[in-house]
Amino acid sequence: MVSESEGVPAITTRREQALTGLQALISKGLGWARKYSLFQYPFVTACCGMEYMAIASARYDLDRFGAALPRFSPRQADLLMVVGTVNCKQAPILRRIWEQMADPKWVMAFGVCASSGGFYDNYATVQGIDRIVPVDIYVPGCPPRPEQVLDGIMMLQQKIQDQAHKLIEKRSLPAAPAERRGG
Amino acid sequence: MSQAVIGALQERFPEAVYDAYQGVGGDDCVFVHKERIVEVCRHLREVERFDLAPYITAVDYLGAEPRFEVVYNLLSIPRSARIRLRVRVPEGDDCVVPSVTGVWRGADWFERYCFDMYGIRFSGHPDLRRLFMYDEFVGHPLRKDYPLKGRQPLTPEREVHDIFRGPGPATRD
Amino acid sequence: MSDSREQTHPGGAGVDTQETPGSFGAGEPVRPLPQAPARPESDLDAPLPAKRMVVNLGPSHPAMHGVTRAVVELEGETIRSMKLDIGFLHRGFEKSCENVTWGQCFPYTDRLNYVSSIMNNVGFALAVEKLCRLEIPERARYLRVLTSELHRICDHLTLVGAMGLELGAMTVFLYAIEARDVIWDRLTELCGARLTSNYARIGGVARDLPEGWREKALATLERVAELRDEIDGLLTRNRIFLDRTRGTGRISRADAIELGFTGPCLRAAGEPYDVRKAFPYLVYDRLEFDVPVGSDGDNFDRYLMRMEEMRQSDRIVRQCLEQMQPGDIIVQDWRYALPPKPQVYGTIEGVMAHFKLVMEGIKVPAGEAYSYTEAANGELGFYLVSDGGGRPYKLGLRAPGWPMLAALPHLTKDALLADLVPTFDSINMIGGEVEQ
Repeated sequence: MVSESEGVPAITTRREQALTGLQALISKGLGWARKYSLFQYPFVTACCGMEYMAIASARYDLDRFGAALPRFSPRQADLLMVVGTVNCKQAPILRRIWEQMADPKWVMAFGVCASSGGFYDNYATVQGIDRIVPVDIYVPGCPPRPEQVLDGIMMLQQKIQDQAHKLIEKRSLPAAPAERRGG
Repeated sequence: MSQAVIGALQERFPEAVYDAYQGVGGDDCVFVHKERIVEVCRHLREVERFDLAPYITAVDYLGAEPRFEVVYNLLSIPRSARIRLRVRVPEGDDCVVPSVTGVWRGADWFERYCFDMYGIRFSGHPDLRRLFMYDEFVGHPLRKDYPLKGRQPLTPEREVHDIFRGPGPATRD
Repeated sequence: MSDSREQTHPGGAGVDTQETPGSFGAGEPVRPLPQAPARPESDLDAPLPAKRMVVNLGPSHPAMHGVTRAVVELEGETIRSMKLDIGFLHRGFEKSCENVTWGQCFPYTDRLNYVSSIMNNVGFALAVEKLCRLEIPERARYLRVLTSELHRICDHLTLVGAMGLELGAMTVFLYAIEARDVIWDRLTELCGARLTSNYARIGGVARDLPEGWREKALATLERVAELRDEIDGLLTRNRIFLDRTRGTGRISRADAIELGFTGPCLRAAGEPYDVRKAFPYLVYDRLEFDVPVGSDGDNFDRYLMRMEEMRQSDRIVRQCLEQMQPGDIIVQDWRYALPPKPQVYGTIEGVMAHFKLVMEGIKVPAGEAYSYTEAANGELGFYLVSDGGGRPYKLGLRAPGWPMLAALPHLTKDALLADLVPTFDSINMIGGEVEQ
């Protein structure tokens, strides 16, 4: 389930969106499975990385949320945690990694620099990664306390549970790479 | 200790160094003409044993003539002495300083930083490229006439509804 | 993959990449790879044709070191040359600091070496105080040293943990992070934040020790010592660790000095230079501690340096806690330090001083100064230029990790690709300070 479908029209009718009873059951089941087995891609850049290390360790254990195992390949990950400041030079790389991830995928903006640029309002920093990739959950803080991040993960899990998951999804392919790069 | 070094420098290179002074906190500083900086540094390294690669930075005195100044902070470990060399560099075509990478290999990235951030070129540098900014960046960010928020985005940015800046394209700042 | 970067970037309108020489891969012609030699008559005697392979160790590192791109030319598994591409975390520290007041620079300095932020704060505060010719009170000095050393322990723990993690010893990582968390708990009680402490102020420190902190800190030091001994037992005589780190990333003493190394990496190469002993600042001349010096300059020596420095920092912290006397924590001069709240609300001078300090900032006399401290990674230098106003005119930073990162191609020349991992770990490149 893509976090924001960039090709879907803005207005859909309720009937198109509604799930039948069986579909709702499947959606709940898939939602449960997906939320408790998040494979993160920790896109660690800066100071928030230290808090990320703290969360991944024994005290503020991320494993109890099912989100312990980082997968350092975007093809194998479904949660892109953008940890730390993203600057203009890093932005194309972030975009590329996000594009390489397969659906369903979610993006967490970890820290204030990823959410909105932080206090680096200058020539070098992207003012929030939502200018580059669609974001599902923003965890502010400089750096956020581990409890705050865990709260964010729990909210994300709630969001995943509430999304409509289907067994078979038909989506049109995104625009061809050459056209997009020209734009 | 470092005053003795400055004294020796003034004797050895009388026309290359000028305006020696003692700065705040006992820092010993001297101005050096930019054409002679390599000789002075070589002398300092080989004879006076300032063998640790210096911290080289640049300052933009916008409005003053010459505009830039390249500052070398040297340290001698065996003698526990520090001195500072200041080189004034005008802007324009003459914004070139001979590189001291022949004297200390570790000066390489510091000079690249000065080039990237201020636009000061170093002749004789093995690999003068930008260090921090990306290739498509135009300009030198730490110059005083470069705006703080002069953004040059690399990727096309999505539209974001920002409550502080209001609706509109993300590049409008 | 190395030249794919030029294809993904939309070229900026009208920018001629040949004019501004850029980083590797853009604007440079693609280098032809060396051709395999023609096969001679006798196939049995012929050398196997080999081509060099260029591999991109991209900016999104699995190792949590921040973002550095290394383009490595490999012959088999041996690194023949490496080119580093940095700047992926350049956040405009210097330019940001030129646009805020002197006191507002402290959060920016926190985020330089983010594993040991108090040392950056203290370094910057010392530089400004040098320029203002301020003398800070005794207790403030002890507090600065105390917290700096605690953060030094945190930095070394992070390094040892990350080194263990990347060489496969994941338990070491968990112990190190636990030890670091315990210290951070104490620092949270003191500074308010775990990581980016913003503790030093110009003229002193922000807060005094809370009640009972001293006893808790001593208990913390005991716990950290236990965990550190566990880590020592797991790594120092471990066959795998020794094989991976002994003899790799070696540098000679003369080379280290020429390349600008300072701190533990220089001392591991054999040069006994420590700013705390050579140019003592704050209260280091009253404290007893040793400075370990290595001999080989390889990764194992750098690791041992960090372990030993943690023990010495522990000693320093205990001595500070004993020697510290009650007193002022910030200079009582309202031109530099905020007046106490009763004065601000009670007297007109207090209100005025508070207003001017917050709105306009401290007026630092015009001039320039270079101030240096021994950060966890080496000599941290701040070169300040002031024009007499409330904002820095120039704030230059000599990052301790910078020369070590610049020397990485030299350290890994003709080494195996797998040796790059412990080398990159042990030089402790922190992205925030190197890329400012």
